[in-house]
Parts: sequence; structure tokens; C-alpha cells
Amino acid sequence: MRIRWTTCAGIVITALLTLFLIVPVLLSVYAGLTVNYARGISAGFTLDWVRQVWGLYSDTVLRSLVVALLTLILTLLIGVPGAYALVRRGGRFARIVEEIVTLPVAIPGLALALAMILLYGGFGAFRQSTLFVVIGHVLFTLPFMMRSVIAILETIDWRTLDEGAASLGSPAWRRFVDVILPNVRPGIVAGALTVVTLSIGEFNLTWMMHTPMTKTLPVGLADAYASMRLEIASAYTLVFLVMVIPLLVGVQAVADLSEKRTKS
Amino acid sequence: MRSRHFDLLLILPAAIFTLAFLILPLARLTLEAGSGPGGLAGFFVILTEARFRNSLIVTLVLAIVTTVATLAVATVAAQTLAHRKFPGRGLLLSMLTFPLAFPGVVVGFMIILFGGRLGLVGSVTKSLIGTNVVFAYSLFGLFLGYLYFSVPRVLLTILAAAEKLDPSLVEAARSLGAGPVAIQRDVVLPALFPAMYTGGALCFATAMGAFGTAFTLATNIDVVPMLIYTEFTLATNASMAAAISIALGLITWAALVVARSRAMRDVNGG
Repeated sequence: MRIRWTTCAGIVITALLTLFLIVPVLLSVYAGLTVNYARGISAGFTLDWVRQVWGLYSDTVLRSLVVALLTLILTLLIGVPGAYALVRRGGRFARIVEEIVTLPVAIPGLALALAMILLYGGFGAFRQSTLFVVIGHVLFTLPFMMRSVIAILETIDWRTLDEGAASLGSPAWRRFVDVILPNVRPGIVAGALTVVTLSIGEFNLTWMMHTPMTKTLPVGLADAYASMRLEIASAYTLVFLVMVIPLLVGVQAVADLSEKRTKS
Repeated sequence: MRSRHFDLLLILPAAIFTLAFLILPLARLTLEAGSGPGGLAGFFVILTEARFRNSLIVTLVLAIVTTVATLAVATVAAQTLAHRKFPGRGLLLSMLTFPLAFPGVVVGFMIILFGGRLGLVGSVTKSLIGTNVVFAYSLFGLFLGYLYFSVPRVLLTILAAAEKLDPSLVEAARSLGAGPVAIQRDVVLPALFPAMYTGGALCFATAMGAFGTAFTLATNIDVVPMLIYTEFTLATNASMAAAISIALGLITWAALVVARSRAMRDVNGG
């Protein structure tokens, strides 16, 4: 079969699009490892820039990991029971609650951060702690955790599972922990990966909410882009990519796995 | 009755958190917006003051152009990728979607590497025509940045719809003599339309509220999020910043609500 020109055009546009998205990333990796970006490959490669980044910004990398972990714990504690409650209640009330909880996805992070600062800016110790940034991240990521768990709950017959366990005399709390939680595990895992990925990359809220003592990785990146030479900025970006890519591969793997499960 | 108590217990952490860190802060933001020197008129300052109005117009135009361009390329790419099996397809899809995880500042940096002073395009044009073309910090650079973070999410949405479209419909139309334009107009686009609508609204809302990319690139372009930031930090005008935030929040929220109700109707209407 001869190839139609529309197909050709489609392939060309898709290829250009891929290059547009990928080439800058490759350039960034290259720039972070080259001795001198302006002089090109002839100058040779080095890990010095990465080492310098570690010296300058290692605290932001570690803080981002801590913030992501705390955010994850809080979204699990708040979001998973919350999601189950919403699915159990159902109806109009649950939809309104879900709408409110999901607001931070629709409202720009800047506005949310401003609102938080206006209300809690006076509470010095809280305002200046890492916890303040964590709260911002939970605000933004909670909808993703809840959505992910709700999506799984809607595909399983949780009512039958719950009633079965109840008829065996298991109390409500035990049924939630022993019966429902294991069954929604794929949703929790997918939600957790999304939450951690979003938290590590969050900038809009964090830029407003951070203090000099609570800088995260993206905040440090903005700082490096504005004031450091291109090689250091690139090496720092490389550190970010190394942290995020395994998470993305994980998200993809979980998605593939659950797709296979629903097909079989 | 006991299950009611249990439901309450389950939702309690989420309720407390949402009340303390979402509803109360937003209420405070609204109060702040109305407490400026102009009182309630503060809410409309984004329309009444020329500087803010211009900024809103630039942001709206930028968001609309980004949405149209994103939909165009994503629709073409989705049709190219759907129903086609080739080695490396998974890898290609990952490459097309992994910028999803980039914060706005990183997207801005990608555009600097592309069109900045030491950028790829500049060094190519320098060796070809002798001038170093720099566009990263212009409105065009900002547009490319917005395109960069919009394409992956919209592509995913439209690709999912394109995979559901039965390729034999297109084959049938073609064998009946329909040209590419007619096939797009009568067969493909109607099927993709709900996804394009949702994806487009998402894209528009994100572009309106994007801050990180503008922060890195827009040194002299006042998009609305930058305006909020400078009003709050440099001009320390909290009530003005709050009023503009609320206006921006309402615009993005409305865009998403419209998209969702539209998607619902399409699903319900068959």
C-alpha cells in the first residue's frame, strides 16, 4: 500500500514535536556534563558541575525528598479514608465535597499560596517551618490521591466485600483496614507515585511559601537559572531529572499493570 | 446509624484539612481583596485599571493561541500514533509525555537552551546567516514554553479518544471517495471533539495560571500571574494581589467547569 501524503505529514509533524520536546532535555544533560558549553564537545566532559551543584544545593535536594515524603504520608492519611467515605456516601453531598477538595487543581497555585500566607503569615514558627511548604503541597496533591483511589473503588464491588466481612462480625474499622485497603492498593500506589512526582516538581505554591531556610529543589533551580552559569544550571536540572525519571517509569509501569489486569 | 458515624470518622481528616487550609485561607483572600483603598471596587480593578487590563488581554491572547496551537499539533500527532504499531512506540510515547513532570521553571530553562543567548537555534543561525537569533525572552519564547508544557497533557487526552475511534470508519469513508478534508470534518473530528474540548479547556486554564515558565522567561512581559507576584512582593500591595488572584482563579475554574459539563453532556447524549 502506498503511503498517503496526509500520513507523511502526520509523521513529520509528530517527529518535529518529539524533537521539540526532547532536544532541549538532551542539550541540558549535555550542558551539565560538558567542561564549557560555549566551546562545545572539544572542551571535553566533566562531573565537576554536578559536584558543585551538590555543594551549593544539596540541602534543597534533601528537603525536597523530605517534603515529598511528608506530603505522601499526609495525603495517604487524609485522602484514602476521605475517598472511601465519598464513595460510600455517594449522591449530591459527596459530589459537592469532592468539588471543593478538587478546587486546588483549578485555582492557580499562586492564588492559593497568597491565601495561605495572608491567613497564616502571622504565625511565625509555622510560617517559617518546612511544614508550611508541606501543607501547600498536600493542598495541591490531595485531589490526585483521592481521584486515584476513587477510580479504583468504582471498579470494584466494595459494598459486597464490606457486607461480606460485616456478616462475619468484623467491625467497620477492621473491614476498612483488612478488606478495603488491600483491594484499592493499585489506586493507592498510582496515587502515591503521582503525589511524589508532583511534590518534587512543585514550584508555583512553593516559590511564594518558602523562606530562605525552606528552599526546595525547584526553588533552587529558579535561583540557579537566574544567577548561575549555564553549566551549573544544567547540572542542577540533571539532578532533578535523575530524581524524577524513575518515578515516571514507575507511574507508567503501574498504569500498564492495571491495564493488563482489567483486560484479562 | 453506626455506619454513619464511621463515614464521618473517615471524612474527618479531609474535612478539617480542607477547612483550615483551603476554605478559611480563600475566605481571608476574599476579605483582603475587598479591603483595599477602593473597597469593593478592588474586585474589578483588573478591568478598570489600564495596566492590569492590558496584562489580562496579553495573558488571554497567549492562552488562547497556545490552546489552538496545542490542539492542532496534538490532534495530528494523536491520529498518527493511534492504531499504529512500530518498534519503540512505548519509548516515543514516554518521550512525548514525560515533560508532564517538569515544573514551569524547568520548561522555561528548556526554552532558554532552545532559543536563548547560547541556544540551539541561535548557534545554528549564527553559522548559517551570521546573526544569533534569540527569542527565548520574547512573547514567542513564552508561547513556545506554554506549548512545551501543554502538548503532553492534551496529547494524552486526545490519544485516548483516537484509540477508541474505529479505523474501519476512516477506511470506509476513504473507499467511498472522501478526501482527507472531508474525512477529518465528517468522521475523525466529530469523534475526537469531546476530548479536544476537555483537553483544550485544561490547556487554557493551565496557560492562564502558569507562573514558573513566565518567571524564568518573561523578564519584560507582564502576564497575570507575574502581576500577582510583583504586586505582592515588590509593591507589597496585598489587597491588589488578592483581587487579581480571585479574578484569575474564577477564570481558570470556570474554564474547567465548562469543559467538564460539556464532556458530561457528550457522554450522556451518546
